Amino acid sequence: MPRVPAEPETPQPAAGAFSCTPPSLKELFLGFSSVGLSGFGGVLPFARRMLVEERKWLSPEDFNSLLGLCQFLPGPNVINLSVAVGARYRGVAGSVVAVLGLLGGPLLIVLALGALYSRFGDLPQVQGMLRGVAAAGCGLLVATAWRMGLAVSAKRVFLPFALLVFVLVALLRWPMPVVMVGLVLLAATVAHLYRKHHGAAG
Amino acid sequence: MALLADLFFQFAILFCVAFGGASALLPEMHRVVVEQKHWLDDATFTHLYAIAQAAPGPNGLVVTLIGWEVAGLPGALAATLGMCLPMSIVIYLLMRHWHRFAGHPVQLAVQMGVAPLAVGLVAAGAFMIGQAAGLAWGGLVLVGLVALLQMHTRLHPLWLIGLGAAAGLLGWV
Repeated sequence: MPRVPAEPETPQPAAGAFSCTPPSLKELFLGFSSVGLSGFGGVLPFARRMLVEERKWLSPEDFNSLLGLCQFLPGPNVINLSVAVGARYRGVAGSVVAVLGLLGGPLLIVLALGALYSRFGDLPQVQGMLRGVAAAGCGLLVATAWRMGLAVSAKRVFLPFALLVFVLVALLRWPMPVVMVGLVLLAATVAHLYRKHHGAAG
Repeated sequence: MALLADLFFQFAILFCVAFGGASALLPEMHRVVVEQKHWLDDATFTHLYAIAQAAPGPNGLVVTLIGWEVAGLPGALAATLGMCLPMSIVIYLLMRHWHRFAGHPVQLAVQMGVAPLAVGLVAAGAFMIGQAAGLAWGGLVLVGLVALLQMHTRLHPLWLIGLGAAAGLLGWV
């Protein structure tokens, strides 16, 4: 992680900027529109391709750093990322435009599908189809959870936390905000001690 | 108006604890929207999730559909805004200072601790959807098959969603 010395409050931090010319509002909108419409079940890989490889608005290091922030904080990660990129180049207006670009197209599609559902949702064929899609989505989530589980470091210490969350949230139906606030504190404390004991290698 | 404000605040609160993306939020969305507020029933919740799955764009748009179903277009906008706004403001305020905090022991500890919690939440999301859909044996077989295909092949997820739609249309799920 490169440590940049504290920079003065400039509206458009140029330090570490990768692009020669900062994108205009229109370019931000169009760039994020292409991202929003390209992915099914998650658009993060497309966001990286657009930002780093195609338009070169961020260097790979900048991308990782910003994504680190967006994944560190709760909330919709890709939306957070578009806010950060928009803000970096065009301030508040840039953020708004980037989010509108990202969500605009998919929002219209989803609303059109919602209208179709209001009209035809009672048909048994439609209901059957949607149940099938939900089951497939459930399978995709199982695969995602499995893959995320494999990526967890020090599994013997930390995977019990995954089990605990599952029991509290899925089986006992505790409210998630309560569970998360408690367990983030607990898990972070354990992680802190673990890192101390293992020379911060994890 | 009260309903719109309620939609906004419920989703704003929800996304302030959303570690692991929108899928991780499914159990809590279900708890609030179906069990607590009775805005939707199990079947409709499942259907809306399926529609969002099959549409392009970020996963979070199931929120838009829930808002739409509960209170039409204003509802869709209120719910979507609730999802985006609070954390957007936080990101906007924090991004300038992030490079000083990144790599700090506290940040690394939180990052390490949150990862397994997200795993549990996504697994809970899968459980929740399976339960709300009331899957029979055929449905459970489909879940297993899709999970295996997703883990062991490079098939595009859209094919797996198509597979699900076909199986559902044939009444196997």
